Amino acid sequence: MSKHTLSVLVEDKPGVLTRVAALFSRRGFNINSLAVGPTELPEISRITVVVEVEGSALEQVTKQLNKLIEVLKVVELDPHASVQREILLVKVRADAATRSQVIDTIQLFKAKVVDVTTDAIVIEATGNSDKLRALLDVLEPFGIKELVQSGMVAVGRGSRSITDRSLRSA
Amino acid sequence: MSDTTKQAPSPADVASLARPRPTAEAKPAEAVTPAREVTGAQALVLSLEAIGCDTVFGIPGGAILPAYDPMLDSKKVRHILVRHEQGAGHAAEGYAAATGKVGVCMATSGPGATNLVTPIADAHMDSVPMVAITGQVASAAIGTDAFQEADIRGITMPITKHNYLVTDAAKIPQAIAEAFHVASTGRPGPVLVDISKDALQAKTTFSWPPQIDLPGYRPVLRPHGKQIREAARLMAAAKRPILYVGGGVVRARASEQLRRLVELTQIPVVTTLMARGTVPDSEPLNLGMPGMHGTVAAVTGLQKSDLIIALGARFDDRVTGQLSTFAPHAKVIHADIDPAEISKNRIADVPIVGDVGEVIKDLIEQVTLDRASAEGAEHGWDYAAWRTRVADWKQTFPLGWTDSEDGTLSPQYVIERIGALSGPESTYVAGVGQHQMWAAQFVQYERPNAWINSGGLGTMGFSVPAAMGAKVAEPERTVWAIDGDGCFQMTNQELATCVINNIPIKVAVINNSSLGMVRQWQTLFYNERYSNTDLQPMSQRVPDFVKLADAYGCLGLRAETPEEVDAVIKQALETDDRPVVIDFIVHRDAMVWPMVPAGVSNDMIQAARHEAPVWERED
Repeated sequence: MSKHTLSVLVEDKPGVLTRVAALFSRRGFNINSLAVGPTELPEISRITVVVEVEGSALEQVTKQLNKLIEVLKVVELDPHASVQREILLVKVRADAATRSQVIDTIQLFKAKVVDVTTDAIVIEATGNSDKLRALLDVLEPFGIKELVQSGMVAVGRGSRSITDRSLRSA
Repeated sequence: MSDTTKQAPSPADVASLARPRPTAEAKPAEAVTPAREVTGAQALVLSLEAIGCDTVFGIPGGAILPAYDPMLDSKKVRHILVRHEQGAGHAAEGYAAATGKVGVCMATSGPGATNLVTPIADAHMDSVPMVAITGQVASAAIGTDAFQEADIRGITMPITKHNYLVTDAAKIPQAIAEAFHVASTGRPGPVLVDISKDALQAKTTFSWPPQIDLPGYRPVLRPHGKQIREAARLMAAAKRPILYVGGGVVRARASEQLRRLVELTQIPVVTTLMARGTVPDSEPLNLGMPGMHGTVAAVTGLQKSDLIIALGARFDDRVTGQLSTFAPHAKVIHADIDPAEISKNRIADVPIVGDVGEVIKDLIEQVTLDRASAEGAEHGWDYAAWRTRVADWKQTFPLGWTDSEDGTLSPQYVIERIGALSGPESTYVAGVGQHQMWAAQFVQYERPNAWINSGGLGTMGFSVPAAMGAKVAEPERTVWAIDGDGCFQMTNQELATCVINNIPIKVAVINNSSLGMVRQWQTLFYNERYSNTDLQPMSQRVPDFVKLADAYGCLGLRAETPEEVDAVIKQALETDDRPVVIDFIVHRDAMVWPMVPAGVSNDMIQAARHEAPVWERED
């Protein structure tokens, strides 16, 4: 089993996320992470889904996704040829005694403080899964009160765009 | 009565105005209707008329009520009022399977719509072009658990090719046009259009044809030339090739091309349950049906082949048996219009995506070209030794049965006589179970669409309503519902529909007083412990099917001995003014053979109980 990142361009219509999510559950594929959002084209949304499957099953995932009428394009992004990011918001216990220590620590990760109170701070960080995991590991001793994390979004490196061809003409 | 001038125009009025008479025979989509004000319900009926729909099977109810008002006025769409929505769905399937045209069913919201779920799932599994139209509660009430509300779009998402929820009257024509397009092109399948009651009631303008906007739907029809050349190369090199033909060839209307390919290459053929009749059974190279209850020749032909040419087939588990031991020495050429079927179960060496008719046409051209070249003439294309072997299997292990010792009627005999007396131009529609397998085995099929059944989903109760739909589609044909007594009791209420609407189908109830296929498995695998498979414990007739037929206004007949069989079939064939139900009382211990037990290798095929073929030891 290995992780694969798929970028799925879909028509922005009601129910399309349900169709995609239901397809994964119906066919027994495991979703690791899922993120949906708009693209530069108003009528098109982009779903980034990280799926954990074997090689031949990945082909099935892609083909079944392509069968959905509202799916326009499915592209697998190579981790070495793409930028992959998640966003993390974490509320950490921090009072006057530990606050500067926490802030010093998170600066190593280029994370930033977005809210401060007397006994806690909220930290925002972006990065790939490994980096965010490492950050959480060092914050753990201070006491994590609350954590929320987005699904992964990813874009291929270089000048080419997956929305370039076939879509604008369609 | 109200002033007629104030009434909205009826669909028939508008349609006749819109379509000039001389071009009435032209393709419906080409007729252009100028915009005019109508209700959403009228737009729905006008859309159905414009797209060429001539029959709708359905039942009205609260949410769909507005659509039934203009339906009353339509001169082009015949609405057939069924007795259960499941019947409407299977009738639409039968209509579609007999003709290749899109079958249409209609139901109201909530229970009406959920009763369509089984036929929709059935159509999805067997790639039947079907459009299901359902009423939905008013858009303001959606999500409030309103009376007769069910999220039928959500419910049918995994069992439709596509579906719609329409809450805007202006979008009804586009949804209908897209639904018919999606249902009938590419790999066919069911499409559901759910329309809220307020959309049906609202005023809108209707014009035809609407814009079709499906940027993500582009079925690949033309196969890739490189793949065709590669396929021909494997065919030349093969010593033991076999054509594995599935229902896709029927749906693609490619039987004629296939016959030419068989003639040209002289490669033996197996026709799956969904493809019976695609190649005539009278063709010597046709080895019959493969799979769990396939012929010894077809199953063994696949197992021992060195090249499988799969055309519109999907390597279903009922064909392959244990997948890891299926045809272990074979390379695979797999042609299908649905890329997701290729290499789903069995990895293909040469995948070909395209319309199977186009694929076969290109294969014929390529094979002809390659064989004509000097290289081709010297190498390969010689399967004579292989043909001798498969012909030997076919001769040594013909299909057959053993009559019961007490002289009671054999179900296989009944079905064989129906086929023999009714002939290849009739249509045979089966339910699901033993009688279905026997009907696939013992009726001789000579044309595509002569055999209609529920293959993928295996829906008991399919037969009577699907036969009704097939008869409506092709009234000139004799249509037999070959049914079991278990199946028949699931959907026989549609006999009322058949009587009232003058749809004279012929129903042969193969009555063994039990759920025969389950009973067969209990006999073989559960130590003859017959748990809940006995439908008539005291040998009573509950119900008496002859009386039941009579109560519905059908002709009811019964045969209990071999001597009576021909007479009742002939009487049924002579009766055309009403449906006929024949209660064939058959012995209950008859079993379907050959058989490959579930989950084991197809090498374990038994020609009859305790009779495994003994093979030559070479492979």
